[in-house]
Amino acid sequence: MNPELALPILIPLISGALSVALWRSVRYQRILAVAGTVLLLASSIWLLRSTVAQGFLVMEMGSWPAPFSIVFVSDILSAIMVVLAGIIGLAIAIYSLASTPSGHEKFGYYPLMHLLLAGVAGSFLTGDIFNLFVWFEVMLLASFALLTLGGERAQMEGAIKYVTLNLFSSAIFLSAVGLLYGTIGTLNMADIAQKVATLEDPGMITVISMMFMVSFSIKAATFPLFFWLPASYHTPQVAVSALFAGLLTKVGVYALYRVFTLIFTQDVEYTHTILLWVAAATMLTGVLGAAAQFEFRRILSFHIVSQIGYMVLGLALFTPLALIGGVFYIMHHIIVKTNLFLVSGIVYRLLGSYELKDLGGLYKERPMLALLFLIPALSLAGIPPLSGFFAKFVVIRAGLEAEAYVVTGIGLLVGLLTLYSMIKIWAEVFWKKMPEHVEAVGRLRNDIKTGHKWAYYLPVVGLAACTLYIGLNGQPIYELAEMAADQLMNPQLYIEAVLGGQQ
Amino acid sequence: MESLMAYVVGILFAAAIYMMLRRSIVKLVIGLILLSNAANLLIFVVSGMTRGAPPLIPEGADAPLGAIADPLPQALILTAIVIAFGVLAFAVVLIRRAYEVVGTDDLDQMKDTDT
Repeated sequence: MNPELALPILIPLISGALSVALWRSVRYQRILAVAGTVLLLASSIWLLRSTVAQGFLVMEMGSWPAPFSIVFVSDILSAIMVVLAGIIGLAIAIYSLASTPSGHEKFGYYPLMHLLLAGVAGSFLTGDIFNLFVWFEVMLLASFALLTLGGERAQMEGAIKYVTLNLFSSAIFLSAVGLLYGTIGTLNMADIAQKVATLEDPGMITVISMMFMVSFSIKAATFPLFFWLPASYHTPQVAVSALFAGLLTKVGVYALYRVFTLIFTQDVEYTHTILLWVAAATMLTGVLGAAAQFEFRRILSFHIVSQIGYMVLGLALFTPLALIGGVFYIMHHIIVKTNLFLVSGIVYRLLGSYELKDLGGLYKERPMLALLFLIPALSLAGIPPLSGFFAKFVVIRAGLEAEAYVVTGIGLLVGLLTLYSMIKIWAEVFWKKMPEHVEAVGRLRNDIKTGHKWAYYLPVVGLAACTLYIGLNGQPIYELAEMAADQLMNPQLYIEAVLGGQQ
Repeated sequence: MESLMAYVVGILFAAAIYMMLRRSIVKLVIGLILLSNAANLLIFVVSGMTRGAPPLIPEGADAPLGAIADPLPQALILTAIVIAFGVLAFAVVLIRRAYEVVGTDDLDQMKDTDT
């Protein structure tokens, strides 16, 4: 038995259920939010440690042997993702204490947050393709409710697009699972991988793999299926935006990594070439979209899209180094992107707007906040010695080694354009003089209430410290990514770990 | 029987996508409902339809005798139906609320967050 494998799912589920039971007492819900996510982070670190020690952890539900039972599997990649979910969960829980309007807290904000984390952790840990669908839906339902909490006009419009596209993607996913089951006759991912390799006619499998690609690409927001993301991510309150920005699309990326390294590797020439051009187009359209925007969170939303391109690029090149780069990129991106959204929330709290034209002068008023913005912003653009530099460096180097010069060139260009976007925000929000109509409002004078200040700044400082740590101490992180990539390149290890000797 | 059901699934998918391309949000949700039903039926059809052979093991035997219907697709569909029910209930509430807040059911009027 490996209790650490079940804990990252059970802890948020239990804290969510307890929060519902304590519906009337917002105070206890707040304590539970922090306590639950601290426990989640602790258990996820435990999981990562024992996964690193043992290689794979497998748990069979009801002790039925695989492939008959639903299995939960943790390899290094899943364990890393769960740890990241824990870090982001804790940061968001603390930030929410200050930033969540009390109306949202009364209508189930905290239970939904726990449920979302449970769905995310479940998606990372499951080893059964239908179970993955179920966890996706758990996560989606929680995200629907979080997105619409508050019920303002922009939220409704954003939510309709978000809900439609995600349900559409789920329907494709479900159909693909059905077709796969009809062809192979099993749902256990390791068993599927093993049987796909021995199938005589791979044509049907390629068709099914394309359905999985479309479905996960919608969830990961890659070109040309990303339009729901910049239409919705800037509408909810900022802690929800930050949570979505950090975790949700990355679940789609994780699912792509999982199925296109484990299951659908029979026609790499075809599938991964498509992924390669998808990655290039995603990077480019995302960053160009951001260049045209003048709203803080919309710029950041478009940058999620362009960064997803780098992660998919790591998968598409499909060399050991590229996968290391991809995994490293995911680790760096989740932390940095969440942090940028959190900073945008503080700016909103101080000046009362997300529109760049209504912002300004913060460098003079709040120099430390400017520094806190600069760390993740420069990291996103890939300036050494921050985490983004190493992530980009590995991906670009893998691209050059694989002789994919055009795509690699696009990757470098996008890095430059990312820097342009970040400088635009820097110049508008921090550098330029405060516009006169803003000074008249004088929001700055009504500063964040001192009692809440720590809850705003602690997560931002913590995540910035993580970025610096990854940047200045890249070696252990790189080794971790290397182990994860090594497992991804050898799906036989995964199959043996799940199915054991009986094949 | 299976080829007939295949056509039904195809028609359901086509109808769903046609409805989702309409401008009214009510028709959009009808499209989503049809889509989830189409996916469920698809699972049912592709996993093979066996008539009159329930997956039961006779007394004294260890394994079922002869070909039996696969019980797993039904479990999958049942799960998917429950999930779809929950999600669509949310979608119906969402469009009602959106209609109240935005004051129109025309998707072309809901472009504020796109620009």
